[in-house]
Amino acid sequence: MTIRTEPMTVNVGPQHPSTHGVFRVRITFDGEDIVEVEPVFGYLHRGTEKLAEERNYVQVVTLTDRLDYTSSMINNQAYCLAVEKLLGVEPPPRARYLRTLTAELQRIASHLIAVGFFVQELGAFGTPLMYGFRSRERILELFEMLCGARITVSYMRPGGVFADAPRDFWPALNRFLEDFEDEFAEMEQLLLENEILMIRTRGVSPIPPEVAINNSVSGPVLRASGVNWDWRKQEPYDAYDQVEFDVPIGSNWDNYDRFWVRIQEVHQSIRIIKQCIAQIEPGPVRLDLPLVLRPEAGREAYGRVEASKGELGFYLVSDGGISPYRCKIRSPSLINLTVIEHLLVGWKLADMIVSLGSIDINMGEVDR
Amino acid sequence: MSCQLASDSILYANGIYRLVYEIVGVVLPCWVAYAIAGLVFAFILVNAVLLGAAVITWGERRVLGRFQNRVGPNRWGPFGLFQPVADLVKLLTKEDLRPEGSDRVVFSLVPVLMVAPLILMTAVVPFARNTALASLNVGVLFILAVSSITSVAIFMAGWSSNNRYAMFGAARAVAVLISYEIPVVLSLLGVVMVAASMSLGTIVEAQALPFFLVQPLAFLVFMAGMSAELNRSPFDVAEAESEIIAGYHTEYSGVRFALIQAAEFGGVGVVAAIAATLFLGGWSGPWSEYLGWLWFLIKTGIIVFLFIWFRATYPRLRIDQIMAFSWKFLLPLAMVNLVVVTLEVFLLRGDDGVLTHTDLAIMAAINLAVTVIAIAVFGNLIKDRVTFRTRQPQQVVVPGVSTIEVS
Repeated sequence: MTIRTEPMTVNVGPQHPSTHGVFRVRITFDGEDIVEVEPVFGYLHRGTEKLAEERNYVQVVTLTDRLDYTSSMINNQAYCLAVEKLLGVEPPPRARYLRTLTAELQRIASHLIAVGFFVQELGAFGTPLMYGFRSRERILELFEMLCGARITVSYMRPGGVFADAPRDFWPALNRFLEDFEDEFAEMEQLLLENEILMIRTRGVSPIPPEVAINNSVSGPVLRASGVNWDWRKQEPYDAYDQVEFDVPIGSNWDNYDRFWVRIQEVHQSIRIIKQCIAQIEPGPVRLDLPLVLRPEAGREAYGRVEASKGELGFYLVSDGGISPYRCKIRSPSLINLTVIEHLLVGWKLADMIVSLGSIDINMGEVDR
Repeated sequence: MSCQLASDSILYANGIYRLVYEIVGVVLPCWVAYAIAGLVFAFILVNAVLLGAAVITWGERRVLGRFQNRVGPNRWGPFGLFQPVADLVKLLTKEDLRPEGSDRVVFSLVPVLMVAPLILMTAVVPFARNTALASLNVGVLFILAVSSITSVAIFMAGWSSNNRYAMFGAARAVAVLISYEIPVVLSLLGVVMVAASMSLGTIVEAQALPFFLVQPLAFLVFMAGMSAELNRSPFDVAEAESEIIAGYHTEYSGVRFALIQAAEFGGVGVVAAIAATLFLGGWSGPWSEYLGWLWFLIKTGIIVFLFIWFRATYPRLRIDQIMAFSWKFLLPLAMVNLVVVTLEVFLLRGDDGVLTHTDLAIMAAINLAVTVIAIAVFGNLIKDRVTFRTRQPQQVVVPGVSTIEVS
């Protein structure tokens, strides 16, 4: 007797526990093996780029918070860098250090979520995620001290930051750093050498460096593919040329390396924060710019940062008015998703979820 | 005229049953008394299983909360103890959905088919001396046979739901359940051989030394196998939440979902009770004979806690890895245990066919050594051959990449 089999097409998402929001992907399975992948975006499209054209340059900062809502500080930073390039101004040194510091705190928070969800998708029900959230909560409390908000911070402004850090902030930051090293060491100890995590992720869904570069992948995913590429090193912005840090590089290109690179980047972020605390000096935190900015007509600028998920860029064109003539957002999550076919085809259903988690997409950023 | 149970009846040993039977039998015909006594005990059993399931849902959420740096449900009642009641009321008042294109009869039959085996299994578990509904002389066989019904129910759920995630879950579940039944059966064979009986009551009485000490290997295989049979972490592929939503019960809602949940958590309780009976010495414990139920509950609670602990800490294995774990690791271990125990029983048993306390202690010592060696040997055999590199930040030269420069 022969048994007839046929491929089965399944809609994964937009309502699914582990597609990181409302990502939908149509997958054709042969048994448990993936044979075809077709991503469908757009369920969280809010027209951020168009909205930016209707607001003045300072107001747009609030829109950037809502792009990748797990790393609002870094989004603020990228946009402010673009506007500053457009105006041809440089923020004062204290503001640059504050930006670097908050951006690195945000990177830790974002990577904690990424690692937590990555292991959650491996099936470790909640525990590592909650360990990550425990520390992230402390970071959000620090942000609350800075600007009153936890997620949608809008802390940075073109020409500096919104306000200097309150006096309580520095001891609180030191306390956090002390506790965090223990908490993170605990998490690392549980995860990094975990036997089940190893056999589930090692050698699964590798992205060779050629493929990564051809698809314009950036961030931890690119570095896990063995490419030494970090905009904080290649084109230092804010205070990154003043601090020392290493760029962790993966050598296996697989899911485990993407997970490992994020863990190591958290360590590097702590290094950067400590150097910032040591180097920061009193001074103004914001340039005395008019509230309504009017860059020269015809000027263009592209401001980019190494966001927690990859290269985040804002391309701004001015027509001399109070709002950008055009605002194009190069979001890392969307571009990193372009390797999805290479990542998933040929692997199993269980690996698919983990691989999606390993590139750490955020739908707010993918659909903008 | 009063009724008397025949002393060879399987119900004879059950004191409560006999009491009800004889009291009712004074005024009513014997067959009515027989039925009423049965119903009384069945009522107690059903409630024990379902209440146990409710307590386990609460316990699981509280304990998981503690594992995860959170509080867990603590609003209604002391320590949130009435949370399962609230959950149940919510589920009962929900709309009872049945997906379009589903097989109505099969779909509706599943929740019943999932709960029924649990209650049947509980019937032969002794809570204390002479307190099983039926002290079957083939108790272990009965438990294994009845527990297999669950895999049919799961496949029916997946097939009738007209949902592809449910189908994935059902296919995975059947593969896992069938593979893990074999090591579980083999591990229980060792227990049966040492106790020289399949009746759970006799097995408890044979445990002068608890069998998890006498046969650690069998206990480990049984626990791993039962984790898989219950679809619990790290073998919970059948309802892997992050992959296939809820697996085979994706489409169930309302009261049917409540029943399936009751079956799942009740299953944990029943399996824990069986494990406590077979390996931890069941009702036997110090102090008074009348505290048997307490020892039994404590031992069951310990096993339930173990299952919750597994769930809080282990990531999930992939389906092929789970199969490999069963066939390449657990099955050989169960075989080794069986062979070793057979030899020991053959050599140590006296002419009267009884293993003394000393015999059991000797077996425990030998089996502990066998366990360590067997796990080391077979663990090495299935170990991934990939050598782990040291993982430090490093520079890697990649061909074709070094030509890119920042402009």
